[in-house]
Amino acid sequence: MEHALLFIAGAIMMGLGALGASVGIGILGGRFLEGAARQPELIPMLRTQFFIVMGLVDAVPMIAVGLAMYILFAVA
Amino acid sequence: MTTEALTSSEYIRHHLQNLTCGLQNGHFHCAHDAAEAKAMGFWALNVDTLGVSLVLGVLFLFFFRQVAKSAAQGVPGGAQNFIEWIVEFIDNSVRGSFTGRNALVAPLALTIFIWIFLMNLMDLIPVDYIPFVAEKMGLGHFKVVPSTDPNATIGMAVGVFFLVLFYSIKIKGVGGFLGELTLQPFGKFGLPVNLFLEGVNLIAKPVSLSLRLFGNMYAGEMIFILIALLPFYVQWTLSLPWAIFHILIVTLQAFIFMTLTIVYLDMAHQEHH
Repeated sequence: MEHALLFIAGAIMMGLGALGASVGIGILGGRFLEGAARQPELIPMLRTQFFIVMGLVDAVPMIAVGLAMYILFAVA
Repeated sequence: MTTEALTSSEYIRHHLQNLTCGLQNGHFHCAHDAAEAKAMGFWALNVDTLGVSLVLGVLFLFFFRQVAKSAAQGVPGGAQNFIEWIVEFIDNSVRGSFTGRNALVAPLALTIFIWIFLMNLMDLIPVDYIPFVAEKMGLGHFKVVPSTDPNATIGMAVGVFFLVLFYSIKIKGVGGFLGELTLQPFGKFGLPVNLFLEGVNLIAKPVSLSLRLFGNMYAGEMIFILIALLPFYVQWTLSLPWAIFHILIVTLQAFIFMTLTIVYLDMAHQEHH
């Protein structure tokens, strides 16, 4: 029972992390393209900011993936 | 894999264990497993983290100093171009987001960026190479990526945090800093609420700064270790794309740590009232 719960915990961590990251990065990428289409001369500045925010959005789900992998393969 | 007898979870735990040495029962020795490392208490030193980060720091300073000393007036060579490109990049980042006047910030940003980048870059060394060599030399564990050790990342974040506190007090004075902590955002009658909100805000900075870097590198290392558990003929199909993607993460996390340091120091230099 406890063993099965560990797998479910890992699955929930990875799944919810992916859900949040995909929504966040989807909105971020869409807005970046909108901004780039409206003012192409700002693309270098926008790209830098895009990557900063991308790193911020990407960090938490990535950490969740790492912890989930640890739970699935090392603890369980 | 070093020995065939290891199960996969033992293999993973072996790779995630630092080389911890400390003074115990009067003599200095290194721990063989996690329980023994824990028994060493506060003065347990993660020798691999300390050693690798020190070597990388010295390497970085030595290389940059060498290039700076031999900087030529005429057409610059490859190394000088490279260093100038990095310095210019950092300079632009600092000019872009730092509004105060402080000669410390740009060198600090350069050091943080290059040092963290080099530490993260150790992640791209195949996971078994260094532990194998270490085992031949009689060391049980060797974790080569300093930024997968929370001690290293939290140490750096605490350093930045102290600088933020120092400049907050230096620029705004003790009263100004305390006022910022207690009189926002609800005025002087909401003092406890203000203190709670601003206090959480302040403490969250080093915590998020360090755990973001640690978590990303730890997750990346974890995935490399899992790939290394697969049969050798399929390993490259996964580890190559992940390594290429990881080059992005390595640079990005170093860059984010640097940018957030600049932004926090900028916030410390701004007077609100």
